[in-house]
Amino acid sequence: MAVEYDGGVVIGADSRTSSGSYVVNRVTDKLTRITDTIYCCRSGSAADTQAIADIVAYSLNFHKMELDEDPLVKTASTIFRDMCYKYRDSLVAGIICAGWDKISGGQVYVIPLGGMCIRQPFTIGGSGSTYIYGFCDANYKPNMSKDECLEFVKNAVALAISRDGSSGGVIRLAAISKDGIDRTIISGDQIPTFYNG
Amino acid sequence: AFADSSFSVAALFSETVLLTACAASKAFSVKLQILKYDLSASQFSPDGRVFQVEYAVKAVESSGSIVAIRCQDGVVIGVEKILSSKLYETSSNQKIYNVDRHVGMVISIARDEASDYRQNYGTDVPLKQLANRVASYMHAYTLYSSVRPFGVSAVLASYSETYGPELYMIEPSGLYWGYRACTAGKAKQAAKTELEKIKASEMTCEEVVKEVARIIYLVHDEIKDKLFEVELSWVGKVTNGEHRLVPEDIANEAKRLAKNALEEDLDDDD
Repeated sequence: MAVEYDGGVVIGADSRTSSGSYVVNRVTDKLTRITDTIYCCRSGSAADTQAIADIVAYSLNFHKMELDEDPLVKTASTIFRDMCYKYRDSLVAGIICAGWDKISGGQVYVIPLGGMCIRQPFTIGGSGSTYIYGFCDANYKPNMSKDECLEFVKNAVALAISRDGSSGGVIRLAAISKDGIDRTIISGDQIPTFYNG
Repeated sequence: AFADSSFSVAALFSETVLLTACAASKAFSVKLQILKYDLSASQFSPDGRVFQVEYAVKAVESSGSIVAIRCQDGVVIGVEKILSSKLYETSSNQKIYNVDRHVGMVISIARDEASDYRQNYGTDVPLKQLANRVASYMHAYTLYSSVRPFGVSAVLASYSETYGPELYMIEPSGLYWGYRACTAGKAKQAAKTELEKIKASEMTCEEVVKEVARIIYLVHDEIKDKLFEVELSWVGKVTNGEHRLVPEDIANEAKRLAKNALEEDLDDDD
């Protein structure tokens, strides 16, 4: 998931990659770098999303060279969208493109399965997201501070992990601002617990 | 502004006729060199020039002048359109075009580039990028013998909140620079001298429109090209970043002031 705040964005994800019931990777990093100030959260087929993210990072880097400036988050999400829409019949990829640029500050764009692209103040995705729509809608407040956003995302991901079998592992959090990315990891007994029985 | 293609063909033709007529003179050997190396853009001359490109520049220099000024909140372009016939329908041979909502220019490849950029990246094309792409395109035509360079100096102008007012001019060779003010065409030297006197960075678009009109009327050659029209366009804060022709009332006022200024000058000579 990703949340905008004044000055940047907070992104978070779990760390489970599964193949059926086998957990292939329990410490996956689903927060993938596109540029120093633009990241994406990957959900769906790991192969598809990795391939797309690589291509987008490459194109955006080339674009950055031509432009001689840092690319915009909107540009990155447009390239994501073009690819996800063009190959929509072959891909299974739900992507959240979030980051900071100097024109519009922190932005979150979500590109779900069909390849549409829309900017939202916060968004959730992936299999575990279905269980936390209620929580997120109830607990999101506009104009939250960076720390409030981090707390919000941490709790939301923890709840999703608790209910969804395809989600688990550690909680990876990151805050992206003009200074780049600031990553944290929440694991083991530090993961928030809620009603358990 | 662009020179009509008939100009560049005529120029080339007259050069080769002249050179064959000089067969017997002592200057023949020098001219012969030019003769050998000027027929295609794919050849350098021994002194490192591509004559086809230089001829293209000459084609531009024989066309009506254009004057463009970048001021503090926008860019104004003016074109001296020389009419070869009184029977022309006014404003049917437009020389200033919209490339994209926010860019005004004079070749149409730029439209493809601008809309492709928007399609691929989702935002307005920055003018520097567009100028680079159009310049590369024009430069490509100076590399091969099967095509000829464009006999065009293209002026690109835009205004955006991010980058402010921008003005670029691309020469037939594909060289381009950003300008505070630029001119091309017949009277470009005279216009350039006038432009250097203006402090456009402290003026607004409305003031600069009058300056552009004044300069075009000033450098216009009354004797050789009696019939002419002035086409004015602008892009800036005043148009909300949209490039369009200057509204008729403002344009007419600017032209009226320009004509008056000319007459005043004439009086002063007494």
